[in-house]
Parts: sequence; structure tokens; C-alpha cells
Amino acid sequence: MQIALEARHLVKRYPDVLAVDDVSFQVRQGICFGLLGPNGAGKTTTVEIMEGVTPASSGEVWYFGEPAGQKFRQEAGIQFQNTALQDYLTVRETLDMFQTLYDRKADLAHIIEECSLGELQDRDNRKLSGGQRQRLLLAIALVNKPRLVFLDEPTTGLDPQARRNFWDLVQRIRAEGTTIILTTHYMDEAQILCDEIAIMESGKIIAQGNPEELLRKQYQHVVIELPLTEVSGDLSNIEHRVLETQGIIEIETNDVNKTLQDLAKHVHGLNRLKIRQRNLEDLFLDLTGHSLRP
Amino acid sequence: MLQRIFAIFRARNIEFVRDRSAMGWNIIMPVVLMFGLSFIFGGGDRAEYTVGILQSSDTIDETAHPFLRTRYMQFVVVDDETQGFRKVGQHQLDLLVQLDSPPRYWVNPDSPKGYFAELALLQTFDGRIEKGQISGEAIRYVDWVLPGILAMNMMFSCLFGVGYVIVRYRKNGFLKRLRATPLRAIEFIIAQVASRLMLIITITTFVFLGTKYFLDTRFEGSYLVLLLVAFVGATALISMGLLIAARVTSEELAGGLLNLVMWPMMMLSGVWFSLEAADEWVRQVAAAFPLTHILNAARAVMLDGAGLTEVMPQILALVAMSAVFLVLGAVLFRWHPR
Repeated sequence: MQIALEARHLVKRYPDVLAVDDVSFQVRQGICFGLLGPNGAGKTTTVEIMEGVTPASSGEVWYFGEPAGQKFRQEAGIQFQNTALQDYLTVRETLDMFQTLYDRKADLAHIIEECSLGELQDRDNRKLSGGQRQRLLLAIALVNKPRLVFLDEPTTGLDPQARRNFWDLVQRIRAEGTTIILTTHYMDEAQILCDEIAIMESGKIIAQGNPEELLRKQYQHVVIELPLTEVSGDLSNIEHRVLETQGIIEIETNDVNKTLQDLAKHVHGLNRLKIRQRNLEDLFLDLTGHSLRP
Repeated sequence: MLQRIFAIFRARNIEFVRDRSAMGWNIIMPVVLMFGLSFIFGGGDRAEYTVGILQSSDTIDETAHPFLRTRYMQFVVVDDETQGFRKVGQHQLDLLVQLDSPPRYWVNPDSPKGYFAELALLQTFDGRIEKGQISGEAIRYVDWVLPGILAMNMMFSCLFGVGYVIVRYRKNGFLKRLRATPLRAIEFIIAQVASRLMLIITITTFVFLGTKYFLDTRFEGSYLVLLLVAFVGATALISMGLLIAARVTSEELAGGLLNLVMWPMMMLSGVWFSLEAADEWVRQVAAAFPLTHILNAARAVMLDGAGLTEVMPQILALVAMSAVFLVLGAVLFRWHPR
């Protein structure tokens, strides 16, 4: 598969901080690539360098085998996390304005339908709700029929239903062959949408790969969780690793049946017990010692 | 390129036209000022006597003649006879006096203040002095101040309407969003200049025609030349606004900087009073302001009937200022805060 975008040894130095520290990675065409990390990890700076809105101190960005330039600007769609739009313009006028800035043009009617903006076309930008506004920002990112779309924290601030609708929309865009680069704080979002992820910490990439493979490589066990209030005896006899965090006992095990039998002797009941796979949040916690949420 | 410029131009126009408070202010402010001043200065006369002394030297030596020590008279140097005659004709000077041999003076027989200034002159003059007469209609203060009000409104609209708006766009991230498109800085700047130019010329024309109709203000020259002066003047002011806003990210700082530029222009460019009697250094400072050149050219066209050739120095100065401001603005322009 062709490489759509490549970051080569990106460095961004500010007077008092090294925001991006020699970051390199490749994004294959047609995939959804997730860049994950807590606030201050350098992911937004990295993405903005790739988008061409922030100059790198050193390093290069390549787009389909050549340095990113005017062709990239014509073919990339970008949704920033916080973008103000022009006051007093309607949704349709805003889309028209942005589309006129590009030589490549998508079918605006199709985008309006895809992003469920049909009934909002004549509405003033200032009168949109959070979810409607995010859909408009995504539609703006699509007006040039992009081969590559950047989505920076696209669902921050949305309610659960709006987030799920947005995920469906992103999946449809990806299904049309568009490459997507997503930054997010939400691990469920990354796990559902991303074919490949890179985790950033202190300006560096500390892990990269397919989410399932990363988790399989890091974890061979499952986790049994039980509220501490349910425990009546000493758990030190249980063979597996036991952790206690925020009133929850976590037991890592490869043999759930045996662990449950052992556990039954030391607890009041198993009604509030949960068995789960390790997820990206666990992975990040183990790799960095930080929570991934802001 | 033209498509992109037009897209930004059109969007900015829509934003301006739909923002009724901003558009209303741009129209109402000069109209209210004009009618207010017309009411206040309905008499049209100044409070003191102004006498032009025709001489080549820049300073007036009070010891040269007792007349120059007359109280309640303001003496100004006139180095060009033709200009002096014109001002006497328009009642801008109550008297024009040449003290060098042979002594001569010119007065407008229709000017009451000229009559009294003449009496004062003859009282202090013990020898023979030759008299000349120059006729002409008085210029009312309203006629004189109209170009100033129009130019001042143009200045407010150009500086705040462009400078402040760009800083707001930069602060709220809209410029950063545009940066991520194929739009170039120069295209964005041209669109802003074109949009504001069109809007301000339309509004100024509307206000000018309104005041002309209701106050019957004086107009001696060519409308086309005046339009050209307005066009290059507005371009210079918009470019100045762009330069001020090229890097600023705070609306408060932008407001402060714009005021820092606007107040000296408003006070020293001759909006409210003539700079003829001002110190040389004041006139030199004023020459650095686009507003001064706009006013000098507009007054020359509107009050004296000056043609394109006569106002060409001001037009060239404004074109040069626009070029410098635009180039600097484009070079220094920053899409988003660091």
C-alpha cells in the first residue's frame, strides 16, 4: 500500500520546551491513523507541522513521495479542534467560500447530505449547536474531495449519541478510500476508528502499531475487577498479580476459572465482578505511568 | 488566484453588510457630525482675524511693523501670491498684506471681517499703501469641515474595520483555518483591501451626496478626481490598518495601537482646523500621515476646484504610502499566534 504521508525526524523547539523530539512515522494510504497522547505530549504540534500551519524547527513532511507543498494544500482536508468561523455567514455560504479556495471540488450536495447539514444550510454559523458545528467543520474539511483528512479531537465536547453519529460518519469517509489522521483523547474512539496508532509522550513516539497487535504484544492476560468493599479476606494467597486502585481490586490472570474459584473464598459475592480485556488506556498507563485522559 | 480572492472578498462583504450595528455606525456617525457642526457653526465665521503676510521668509518679525503687533489678529505667512488671493477670495484670510516695498494689501469687499481688518491696518500704517480687491464667496465652516469628516470616517472604518477584524480572526483561529487552505497571504490581504475599499467608497459617496443635498455644501471640482482621491486615500488607510494588524494577537493591544495612530492623525491632519498657522514641525509631522494628504487633496478639489494635476503630489504620496504599508504588511503578516 502506498505511503500517503510521512513525517521524517520532525523537531519543534520553543524557547522553553522541546515540543516534538525527532518524530518519524508513515501513514499508509486509505487507513485511519490515530495519534494519541495526553495534553502537552506534542501531538497537536506534530499534526500542525504535518498540516503545514506550524513550521518545524527541523525535519520534513512528505506527501505521496514528495515534499508536502501546494499539491498537499489542494488535496488535504483539515478539521481543527477549535476553529471560529465568520460571523453572519450561513452554513451554505461558509461551505461555498471554503470550496472556492480549492481547485479540487467535491459534490457539495453529497457532503451536506453525508454530514446531515441539509436542514441547517440557511442557519447562521453562530446559531449551531456543538454537534452541528463539528459536522460543519468536518464538511469544510471535505469540500475539496481530500485524499487525506486530519481530524483533531473531533468529538471533544459532544454528547455520547453525537459522538457515535460522528464515528459512523468518519467510517463512511474512510470506506470511500480517504486516508484519515485522527488525534484524540478517547481510547474507545481510537480503538473503534483506527487501523494504526502512535502513542506520544513528552514529544516522542513511545509505541506504534495496530491497536489489537499492540495490546496482544503487551498483555497475555485478562483482568478481573471487583469493588474493594466486596472483599472479606486476605487476597495474598491468590497466585496472580493483584492491584488496588480507587477502591477497585484488579486481578490479572490467564486462568479465569481457577482465579474465580480462589476468589470465591475471600469475597462476599461475585455479583459486582467484571472481567475485561486490557485496553489502550491500560497500555498507555503501563507505558508512561500517566492517565491518557486530560 | 482571482477565485480565491473573490471568495474571501464576498464573505467579508456579507459579514459587514449583515452586521447592522457596524454598518449603521459607519453611516450614522458622519451624518450626525455634519448636521451637528452645521447647527453649531451655522454663522460660519471664525472668532478672530486672520491676516496673511506675503513674504518669502518663514517667520514673521513683529518688530518689522506696528501692524504686526495688533491684538486679536493672527498673522500667517503666505509665500505664494496666487494662494493668498484665493484665500482672501474665499474669506479664509481677512486680509493679505505685503509689507515689503511697495507696500500693498488685498481685501475682499464682501467680507465684514476684512473691512475691520483693513481699518486696523490703515490706522497703523502712516505712509501710503496700495489697495487691491479680490471678490469671492465665503467658505462656510461646514464646507471646509466636510472633507475632514468624510476622511475621518474613512479612517475609522479602514483602520478599525480592517485592523481590528484581522486581529479578531487571528485570535479566534479563523486565520489559522484559512492558512490550511491553498489561500496565500497576499490573496487574503488583497481581498480585505478590496472589500473594505468597496464598502467605504459606497458609504462615503452616500454620506457625501446626502450632505450635499441637505446642507448644499460647496463643490468646485471634478467628481472623478475626488473619487480618485478617495480611492487612493482609502487604500492607504486600509494598508496602514493591515500593517498594524500584521502580527498583533490581542484585541486590546490592537485597539491601543490603532488609537495611537488615529488620535495624532485626527488632531494634526487638519480635520477640525487649518494647519496653516501651526509650527513647522507640526506640519512636517502631519505630512507623514495619509489623512493629511487625503484632506489637502479633497479640500483642493471640493473648495478650490483643483484638477488632477494640482492634486497629483498628494495622490502620489498616498500611492507610495499604500505600497510601503502593503509590502510591509504582507511580509510581516502572520496567520496565527506563535
